Amino acid sequence: MATAAGTIAAPTTESVVWSWITTVDHKRIGALYGVTAFIFFLIGGIEALLIRTQLAVPNGNVINAELFNQLFTMHALTMIFLAIMPLGAAFFNYMVPLMIGARDVAFPRLNALSYWIFLFGGLVLVSSFIFGGAPDTGWFAYQPISSSEFSGSGMDFYVIGLMILGISSLAAALNFAVTIINLRAPGMTMMRLPVFIWMTFIVMFLLILALPVLTVALIQMLFDRQFTTSFFLPEGGGDPILWQHLFWVFGHPEVYILILPAMGVVSEVLPTFSRKPLFGYAAIVFAGIAIGFLGWAVWSHHMFTTGLGAVQQAVFSASTMAIGIPTGIKVFNWLATMWGGSIRFTTAMYFAVAFVALFTIGGISGVMHASPPVDQQQQDTYFIVAHIHYVLVGGALFGVFSGLYYWWPKMTGRLLNETLGKWNFWLMFIGMNLAFFPMHFLGVSGMPRRIYTYDSGLGWDFWNLVATVGAFILALGVLFFIINVFKTWQKEPDAGDNPWDGPTLEWATTSPPPEHDFDVIPEVHSREPVWYMRDHNMTTPEPEPGTHIHLPPPSYYPIIIAFGVLLLGLGPLSHLAVTALGVPVIIYGIWGWTLEPTE
Amino acid sequence: MTEEALLRISQRWARRLLILAPAALFILLTACSDPQTTIEPASDMTEAIQGVYEIVFWLSMFVFIAIMLLTLWLAVHYREQPGREAIQIHGHQRLEILWTIIPVAIVLIMLVPTWQVIADTTDTPPEDSMVITATGKQWWFEFTYEGLGLPDDEGNPTDLVTANELHLQAGKPVHVLLRADDVIHSFWIPQLAGKVDMVPGHENDLWFTPFEDSVREEAYLGQCVEFCGASHANMRFRVFVHDEEGFNAWLENERSDAVEPTSELGKLGATLFVVRCAECHTVRGTAASIADFGPDLTHVGSRTTIAAGILDNNIGNLVDWISNPGEIKPGINPENDVIDKERPLRFMRAFEDEISAEDIQAIAQYLTELK
Repeated sequence: MATAAGTIAAPTTESVVWSWITTVDHKRIGALYGVTAFIFFLIGGIEALLIRTQLAVPNGNVINAELFNQLFTMHALTMIFLAIMPLGAAFFNYMVPLMIGARDVAFPRLNALSYWIFLFGGLVLVSSFIFGGAPDTGWFAYQPISSSEFSGSGMDFYVIGLMILGISSLAAALNFAVTIINLRAPGMTMMRLPVFIWMTFIVMFLLILALPVLTVALIQMLFDRQFTTSFFLPEGGGDPILWQHLFWVFGHPEVYILILPAMGVVSEVLPTFSRKPLFGYAAIVFAGIAIGFLGWAVWSHHMFTTGLGAVQQAVFSASTMAIGIPTGIKVFNWLATMWGGSIRFTTAMYFAVAFVALFTIGGISGVMHASPPVDQQQQDTYFIVAHIHYVLVGGALFGVFSGLYYWWPKMTGRLLNETLGKWNFWLMFIGMNLAFFPMHFLGVSGMPRRIYTYDSGLGWDFWNLVATVGAFILALGVLFFIINVFKTWQKEPDAGDNPWDGPTLEWATTSPPPEHDFDVIPEVHSREPVWYMRDHNMTTPEPEPGTHIHLPPPSYYPIIIAFGVLLLGLGPLSHLAVTALGVPVIIYGIWGWTLEPTE
Repeated sequence: MTEEALLRISQRWARRLLILAPAALFILLTACSDPQTTIEPASDMTEAIQGVYEIVFWLSMFVFIAIMLLTLWLAVHYREQPGREAIQIHGHQRLEILWTIIPVAIVLIMLVPTWQVIADTTDTPPEDSMVITATGKQWWFEFTYEGLGLPDDEGNPTDLVTANELHLQAGKPVHVLLRADDVIHSFWIPQLAGKVDMVPGHENDLWFTPFEDSVREEAYLGQCVEFCGASHANMRFRVFVHDEEGFNAWLENERSDAVEPTSELGKLGATLFVVRCAECHTVRGTAASIADFGPDLTHVGSRTTIAAGILDNNIGNLVDWISNPGEIKPGINPENDVIDKERPLRFMRAFEDEISAEDIQAIAQYLTELK
C-alpha cells in the first residue's frame, strides 16, 4: 500500500516493544495505563510512608521541612493525577468497548495519544525531584505562595506537568463520550448500560468541562511566574482568591472524577456476587447524574474560611449538604442490592462491601464540615485529612482493587489467588482504618495538616504513632497484591469466559478477549445480557465464515505527537527553543496521522 | 451453618459494635483535655460553633452506627449457604422515596442552626470592641492594639505593637482585623476563635468575647493553619486571657518604653543590639526604634516564648536563635532570600558567622532583661 509523501508506513514489525508502542488496541492501552498508574501509585505510596515516618513521633527529624513540603505536595499530585485518575482510565479503556459490545473505541489512535501524553506529563511532574526540587506549595498551589517570589522551579514543573496531563485527559474524555454514545451494540439502550459505563460517561463530561478551567488558571499562573503579569498577585492588582475559585471549580468536580468510576465498579461487583440485579438501577444512575451536576455548585466549601461572606457561606453549605442526598441514595441502593442475596464473598466482594462502609464514613465527615461554622474548626486540620482519605482510599482505591480482582481473570485469563487476596484485603482494610480513623481525633485535638513537625504534650503523640503503623500495614497489604500478581502470572489459564457468573457483556467473550473483542457483535435484550442468555438457553452466535473484521492498524503517530507535546512543555522549563522544536514535530505528526491509511 | 448460628454471629457482632462505638466516643471526648482542643469553647464564638458541631456530630454518629451495623448484618445474614436462592428484584419505589426523604431531613436539621450561626458571626462586631490588627508574616504574627499605645507628644492616641503573644481581657469583646504581608496565613485559636484566613490584599476580620470564666494562667494556643511555606509548622502564637486588673497591668507595662538593662553584660548587649539588630527590630525608647520588619522586641523579656511560639524564652534558646535561626526555623536562611530595594530583607540571618559567641550572649542577656 502506498503511503503519502513524507509519512512512515504503518508498522508491520513483530517486535514486542514496538507492538506496544504503536498499539491502538483499547485493551493494550488499558493495560499500559494500568501498569504505568500502578508504578506511580507505588511512588505516591512511598511518599506517603516517608511523610508518616517523619510524623510518627513528635519533633521527628527523619526528613527536613523542605523535603516534607515537597513530599506532601507530590503525594497528592501523584495519587490524584498519576494513580487514581489513570487507574480509572485503565478500567474504562479496557472495559468500555467490552461492556457496550464494541470492537474498539471511536478514535483508537487518539486513545493511544492520550496514553503517551499522560506518560510524558507524569514523567515531567515526577522528574522535578531531580531537577531542582519538586513542587512544594501543596497540590492546590495557592497564590501568592506559588508565585516566583515565594517558590522555586518546582512550581513550573507543576504548571507544565498538569497542562500536559490535562491534554491527555481531555482527549480521552472526548473519545470515550463519543464511544459510549455511538458504539453501543444493538439493543444496548442508554438505560441498559452497565452502571460502570454510566459513571464513566458522567466522568467524561466532568473532565470535558473541568479541565479547561484548570488549564486557564494554569496559563495565568504560568504568565504570572514567567512574564510578570499579576492575575493572582495583589501588588499588581491581582487577587489570590481568584486562583482559589478557579482551582476549586476544577478541583471539586475532580473529586467526583476520582470517585465515580469506583462507584461504577462497585455497582457491577455487588450484583454479581449477590447473584441478583442491582437494586434501583435508575435511582443509582440518576443519583450519579445529580452528583455530576451538584459537583459544580459546591466548590466554595473549600474556601469557607477565606472571608466569603454570609450569603456565599449559606448557599455553598446548602449545596454541599445537598450532595449528600444522592450519595445517600446510592449507599442505600447498594445495601439493598445485598439484601435478599446469596452473597459469594470473593476478594472483589470484600473490597466492594468495604467500599460502601468506608466511603460512607468519608461521606458523613464530609457533611460535617459542610457546615461553615464547624469547618472553621476543622478546615486544614487532620480531620480533613481523615475525610479525604476515607473518600479516596476507602472509596476510590478500594473500588479500584475491587475492580482489579473482579476483572483480572477477564484481562489475563487467570484468577488471582483468593487466599492471598484475603490477606491483601484484610491488611489494607485494617491498615487504612488504623492510619486514617485516628486522624479524626487528631483533627478534633487541633492538629493542623501540612506541618512537618509538632511538639509533644499536645495529645497528638499516640494517634500519630498509630496512624504511622497503620500506613505501613496498608502498604504491606498492597505488597500482597503484587505477590499475588507474580504468583498467578505463570499458571495455566483457569478463568474461563465467565468465572463469576457476571451479567454484563464483557463476560460473553473469551478471557482474555480476542483483539477484535467479539467474534459477532452481540445483541442485547436486557440490562443483564449474559444472565438473559443464560436464562433463555441462548448460545453465543458463531461468526459467518469469511467475515472480515476491520480493526485499525497500529500507528507511530500517537507517540510522535505526544513527543511533540512534551517538547512544547519542556520549553518553559529549559529554553524556549525547545518549544519551537516541538511545533514541527507536532505538525509532522498530524500530517502523517491524517494521511495514514486505516486499512 | 444454620441460619440461627449465623444470626447468633451477627447479633454477637452487633453487640460488640455497640460496645465499641461508645469507646470511640469516649476517645473523641478525651480530646477535651488536649491543649489545642477544638471542642472546649472559651468564647461566645467558639461556643456558637460548638452548638452546631454537637448537632452535626450526633446526627453523624447516628448515621455512622446505623450504616455500619446494617452493612455488617447484610453481609453476615445474606452470605451464601446451601439452599439459599437470591431474590430476583430490581427495586422498590416506596423504599426509594423513603431513603430520599431521610437524608433530606438530616440535611435540613443541620442546615438551620448552621445558617443561624453564619448570620451571627458575619453580622457586625460589638461597638465597644478592643480593635486588634493581626498581621501574618512568614513565619510570625504581629499584633497591633488600636489606640492603646502611649499618647504621642501632642496627646494623640498611638497604636501598641507587639508580636506572637496576644493578651485579652475576659468579657471584653475583641475585633481582630486580619491582614497578611506576604502569603496567605490563617488565624486560629481553637478554644477562642474559629479560623479565618489572612489574605494579602483582602480585609478579613473576626470577633469574639472570651468568657468571664476563661481567665487562666496557662496560655491558649493558636497556630497558623494555611500552608505558608517551609516553616508553616513553626508559626504559632499564644493567647493570655486576663481579668480586668491583670489586663491593665499587662497593658501598663507593654505600652511603656523599654527598661534600661541593669547587668554589665546586658548593657553591652544593648549597645550591640543597636548596631546589629536595629535594622529590623524595634525596642521603643532606645536608638533602635525605627525598623518594623522584625517583631517588636520592646518587652520581649516578658514573653513566655520566642520564635513565634516555638521555644521557651530563656538565655540558652535566645543564644541558639540568634546564632543560627535557620536550625530552628527552616526556610529563614538568608541565602534563600530575595534581596531587593523594594522589599527589605524578610528573614533573620545567622549571626554566628558575624559576631562572637560572647557578643551573642550579651545580646541574649539584654533581651531577657527587656521585661
